[in-house]
Amino acid sequence: MAQIRKDTERETPALATSSLPDIIFMFLFFFMAVTTMKEVTFKVRVMAPSATEVTKLENKSLTRYVYIGKPMEQYAKAFGSETRIQLGDAFADVGELHEYIVAERTAMNENDQNLMTVAIKADKNTKMGIVNDVKKALRDAYALKIVYSASKKTAPTNR
Amino acid sequence: MADIAFLLLIFFLVTTSMSTSTGLSRRLPPPLPPDQPVPPVDINKRNLFVVKVNSMNQLMVQGEEMQLKDLREKVKEFIKNENDDPTMPVKVRMNIPLLGEMEVTKDHVISLQNDVDTQYQAYINVQNELVAAYNELRNELSQQKFGKLFDDLADDQKEAIQDVYPMKISEAEPKNYGGAK
Repeated sequence: MAQIRKDTERETPALATSSLPDIIFMFLFFFMAVTTMKEVTFKVRVMAPSATEVTKLENKSLTRYVYIGKPMEQYAKAFGSETRIQLGDAFADVGELHEYIVAERTAMNENDQNLMTVAIKADKNTKMGIVNDVKKALRDAYALKIVYSASKKTAPTNR
Repeated sequence: MADIAFLLLIFFLVTTSMSTSTGLSRRLPPPLPPDQPVPPVDINKRNLFVVKVNSMNQLMVQGEEMQLKDLREKVKEFIKNENDDPTMPVKVRMNIPLLGEMEVTKDHVISLQNDVDTQYQAYINVQNELVAAYNELRNELSQQKFGKLFDDLADDQKEAIQDVYPMKISEAEPKNYGGAK
């Protein structure tokens, strides 16, 4: 005969964890998709200028960066507080730029060499003098595709 | 399983920086051979639009002082030259695929000159206005001809529009005018 058990105390069932890996994987793929590895450790402080007509950089692997700005506090003692150039992971002079560009270009695949882009990431308070020196050096090194790095400004403030 | 996933998840969490690089692209002119004199610049004066930025970040456009917000309209007016004004660029009849015969100011040049002490943000602001003027002109034309924005056009249509409004911004070597203080 069927018996109807009548429990006096009811326990809440344990949380179902079988779908947990799926959720974690979902998160994982999301972060994998949006991740961009940090290019370098910054030694100069760069606050990018803002502009409204910016375009996205297409080819990240073919882009080399030139950072221009004042040295971070921890380097200020050794390198002063004057605006400096950073190439790769180290401080550099304008004179070294030519060598750097040529070396980076020869390291590239032959088909990609003339697609190389140099992004100038300069602080917004930089004087144009140093930017012009960089531009001139790039021109001499035949790195003619350049990008003035700027962040997107949503609301134009100048009108 | 979940442990490995967690491990990877944490790794990517730490290394993530969600910034995407954006900027204004430009093409520099090729370098001059060192032992040759600078070739004489052969630009008709009316084709030239001069924008100067001084060390105080003030603008001088075609010999007149100007505010940044007025620059875009002025540049558009110059490139378009609707009324064939003799102070504005020469119009040349060109046969452009998809668009047919059009009068184009194809020889115009916008010359942007700056001082050594110009602030970078001010320079970018001016560059931005110049690019904005081109973008607006191109959008207007593509709306009128194809009923779409320039960015949504097919490649050959884009080329046609670019033939009408080629982007010609020259960044000259800086001069030290008005810098003596």
